[in-house]
Amino acid sequence: MREATESLQDIAEALRLAVSLVLSGDADLVEIVVLSLRVSLTATAVACAIGLPLGALVAVARFPGRGTALVVMNALMGLPPVVVGLIVYLHLSRAGPLGFLGLLYTPTAMIVAQTILIAPIVAALSRQVLEDLHDEYAAQFRSLCLTRAQVVGALLWDGRYALMTVALAGFGRAVAEVGAVMIVGGNIDHLTRVMTTAIALETSKGALPMALALGIVLMALALGVNAAVHGLRASAVRHAYV
Amino acid sequence: MSDAALPFLGGRAGAAASPRAPLLPMRARGLTLRRGGVAVVDRIDLDLGLRGCTAILGPNGAGKSLLLRLLHGLEPPEAGAVTWNGAPASREVTARQALVFQTPVLLRRSVGANLDFVLRARRRDRGLRAALLDRVGLGDKADRPARLLSGGEKQRLALARALATGPDVLFLDEPTASLDPGSVLMIERIVREEAERGTRLVIVTHDVAQARRLADDVVFLHRGRVIEHAPTDTFFAAPAAEAARDFLAGRIVL
Repeated sequence: MREATESLQDIAEALRLAVSLVLSGDADLVEIVVLSLRVSLTATAVACAIGLPLGALVAVARFPGRGTALVVMNALMGLPPVVVGLIVYLHLSRAGPLGFLGLLYTPTAMIVAQTILIAPIVAALSRQVLEDLHDEYAAQFRSLCLTRAQVVGALLWDGRYALMTVALAGFGRAVAEVGAVMIVGGNIDHLTRVMTTAIALETSKGALPMALALGIVLMALALGVNAAVHGLRASAVRHAYV
Repeated sequence: MSDAALPFLGGRAGAAASPRAPLLPMRARGLTLRRGGVAVVDRIDLDLGLRGCTAILGPNGAGKSLLLRLLHGLEPPEAGAVTWNGAPASREVTARQALVFQTPVLLRRSVGANLDFVLRARRRDRGLRAALLDRVGLGDKADRPARLLSGGEKQRLALARALATGPDVLFLDEPTASLDPGSVLMIERIVREEAERGTRLVIVTHDVAQARRLADDVVFLHRGRVIEHAPTDTFFAAPAAEAARDFLAGRIVL
């Protein structure tokens, strides 16, 4: 009973220290948060640049093997981060085919790994969103004799609010994953340490205040991004743009 | 990979494919389309002359809307063919036509942006937007979200969008069904103006009085077949087919 009480007191103390770290803008903490955001936002942007047009194209095109392509796209949504990390590691390691680029243990390698991880999520979810939209627009678009590029462009623009949620799902997956960035980034202090790898490290060291502080920032970030997208969507609903 | 945006199955680009050549007359022969084993459009022969407004009348399920989609090239027929001034259906031919659907499908954008989209896609003068909106009585609603318009306003915007393509042939699929009288009047006025300008009009309607007001000739459809095709005065004065007589008398036609 006494041990449990002491343990709770330890956690409470750690939480108090964590909050003070966040509020004081601790330099190490800020550095880790900024790198995490840089890596995951860049990966999300690249994944959207690849996944959104791909999803739109698969949504409007009919071709042999489309069913198989859909199954593969959906299956790739569940790629295990450690496996992605391992594959990227094998390619970027000194002996690998892209080893000459010297990217291993750099933020760029982490961006590559996260992009591979979330591009299928963006493509598969956007395909579903845009296919539903295309079903509604298809006859009108055929009547207007639009080119495929015009159709894809119109679908991406008219589906923009739903696609923001898709991008958010991708970002959420990227910022929260630890396996891939740990393998290809190496969790090097002041170079490739991001929130998730830092939390894993600090927890294993027993340095709970820093781990909890990073956890608080991660949760706040997730809440903030979700709230922003929710607000935008609510505005879109008022204008009947979704 | 087939192109979902292009419904055509091929075909030689004929005279009508050239922007300067006349698109009309249109000739449909033996048009047939089956749904669930039933011929919903059954060996239809139909000619459209150079000018005027043709009304397609008939009871529910007669195949009126499907016939319109076949003529416009949205559906490929299972049998038969449509030729436009001797040229087969093609993307270029459909691009010179427009179809106003019974239920307008508007983009998730403002009223003005809906028109901008078509004007840009067709490389037409963006300056046409204001005149088109004024013409359909939406000049003061350019910035409103299109999907928040009333039913009549939506249909008028759909009509403006169709006109924005500068069509030689305008198909209208029950464009005034369930609309407010003001919108009906405005749409009918525009239909008359377009007919006077030389646009060829084909309108599917349930409204017998509307067909009498607008059409130069009437095509009466029943069970997927053209039962009668006659000048409007002749059709209403002395319909030859029994189903047409029953329809005009307000009796239920099965």
